[in-house]
Amino acid sequence: MDAFKTHRGILATLDRANVDTDQIIPKQFLKSITRTGFGEQLFYDWRYLADGRPNPDFELNAPRFRGASILAARHNFGCGSSREHAVWAIRQYGFRAVIAPRFADIFRTNSMKNGLLTVELSDAEVEEIFRMAGRYAGLEATVDLEHQRLVLHLPEEIAFHFEIDPAVKEHLIRGLDDIGLTLQREGAITRFESRHDPQWPGAHR
Amino acid sequence: MGKTLFENIWDRHVVETAPDPGGGAPPLAGSATGGTVLLYIDRHLVHEVTSPQAFEGLRLAGRRVRRPELTIATMDHNVPTDDRAVIRDPISKTQIEALARNCAQFHITLYDLRSDRQGIVHIIGPELGLTLPGTTIVCGDSHTSTHGAFGTLAFGIGTSEVEHVLATQCLRQQRPKTFKVEFAGRLRPPVTSKDMILKLIGAIGTAGGTGYVLEYCGEAVRALSMEARMTICNMSIEAGARAGMIAPDDTTFQYLAAGNRPFAPKGEAFERAVAFWRTLPSDQGARYDRELTIDAAQIAPQVTWGTNPGMVTDVTGRVPEPDRVPGYSRKDVEQALAYMGLTPGTPLTELPIDVVFIGSCTNARIEDLRAAAKILKGRRVSPKVTALVVPGSQQVRRQAEAEGLDQVFVSAGCEWRQSGCSMCLGMNPDQLKPGERCASTSNRNFEGRQGKGGRTHLVSPQMAAAAAVAGHFVDIRTWAGAD
Repeated sequence: MDAFKTHRGILATLDRANVDTDQIIPKQFLKSITRTGFGEQLFYDWRYLADGRPNPDFELNAPRFRGASILAARHNFGCGSSREHAVWAIRQYGFRAVIAPRFADIFRTNSMKNGLLTVELSDAEVEEIFRMAGRYAGLEATVDLEHQRLVLHLPEEIAFHFEIDPAVKEHLIRGLDDIGLTLQREGAITRFESRHDPQWPGAHR
Repeated sequence: MGKTLFENIWDRHVVETAPDPGGGAPPLAGSATGGTVLLYIDRHLVHEVTSPQAFEGLRLAGRRVRRPELTIATMDHNVPTDDRAVIRDPISKTQIEALARNCAQFHITLYDLRSDRQGIVHIIGPELGLTLPGTTIVCGDSHTSTHGAFGTLAFGIGTSEVEHVLATQCLRQQRPKTFKVEFAGRLRPPVTSKDMILKLIGAIGTAGGTGYVLEYCGEAVRALSMEARMTICNMSIEAGARAGMIAPDDTTFQYLAAGNRPFAPKGEAFERAVAFWRTLPSDQGARYDRELTIDAAQIAPQVTWGTNPGMVTDVTGRVPEPDRVPGYSRKDVEQALAYMGLTPGTPLTELPIDVVFIGSCTNARIEDLRAAAKILKGRRVSPKVTALVVPGSQQVRRQAEAEGLDQVFVSAGCEWRQSGCSMCLGMNPDQLKPGERCASTSNRNFEGRQGKGGRTHLVSPQMAAAAAVAGHFVDIRTWAGAD
């Protein structure tokens, strides 16, 4: 997995609450059997018109958000389906971090597994970020995971502190392979299996 | 202090509390619930959409499936529901064939399209007796919460976690918080468990359960059949909760004792299992992080009007004014109404329906089909409506046909289909056309969910069947013979 330490980039905003993973990556793209090629399909139904041209009304198509790599979003981002394709699409589009007041649980886990940092801030802080992004075209931000800081590079910089689970932070900073780590616990898993019958727990005691 | 149902199961499945001593992370500071644990997974259900990249990951790393006998696969999302012999979409076909190849290579039992036990993964798990109280179940699908109806800890995972479970039979998990939802009093038929869960989501919102495992309890829950309990647990994810659970009781044990559940214990093993299952329910005085009581007797049939399941109201209600929906900004509601093509103030019973979909892992079990058939018997679907009845599994289909329900549906003018996810998400050819308005027994009314531009209203099977006949929503409580 890609490690995440610190990242600076253009900040884009998506001003909608409850963005579900069906919007992030519509169903027709879930038929793929590979992990690549989803960046072009991110937010497909919002992003493109019926004839395939970019929808000029969709925020991420705005010229000032071109090349953005940090996305600020609203409450309950990533709700709904568990499809990890949503995170693959966000990463492959070029985003390294998403900021929102709250993320859906499965989306947050999927993000962590793919080196996408989810930054949770308060409603008021996210509102402030939206206001600044609206005021300053091409606004850049730095996400510093080590120090749990988000900085908006304005004429006068604004910094936000964010909380993150220490285990998630560790995994992202070191880019750890979860499966490899768990396989090292083979002894513990085997010991557990010797006293736990997964077939019919409780039926043999 | 007493333990909750959730804690009774979680604690029995913790392999290690700090899986990475030395190199790993310390427990979440200051948190009573924190710390990553290695959690053992008893059953892993697999389908064609979220697994191919996981199997590919195993191959690339030269890893094997640790416990193939605890992994069960089926194909449901992509499958055609008309002629199963021909999969016209070549990309769907590739994905279905990839699952068959992966199961063969990694020695996993597969219920494929030729199997008489094939069906939607969350419908066949319980039918096969795979879903047992006190177990942990995961699947690369958010509606895995369905299995919680048996007193099972069951939740959806992404593809990276699918790969993790295949390789290790474990998951790294943070302990969730607990949320007790009590449905006090008695439900008034023909109000259903679908209305109970929609009412809850309307009350707490689509993120109200985020970070929690929900436990449903109370008189109204105890009175429900297993089918109806599964409908409630199924939509826990629509409230933001990864898992929803109901304590096992005699209703659960009777369901599991029924024949034709090859994976359930039998004979003496079953008796021992029941004795253990009786120890699982929450202790008196067990503490929850959050509690809520809803009066079941006051619940009316529910209809969603917006683009998420929390945008819901009573069938007697009207399309809301944009600035009068608690929990949603004016802009959210305006966007939803624009997409749905709705005008504030319109009574929901005046909305004309184009399509009715009776199906999905929420409402395609035999009891759901019986309820719909009861409404449709001796009546005709409105000439303006296309109605699709899609049984959740081949077993449900056979049972329905044995009871003559298929004849009721066909005589009424419905299409009677083969089993699969179908129009719940339209990965197969069953899709809404742009602008079509659908009364659907499924679980998500997101934009484009049932087809790009399609407009979904979530309802119970009875409400969907009545809408098919009337051509618009009706208050099922006024329908002769509905209860």
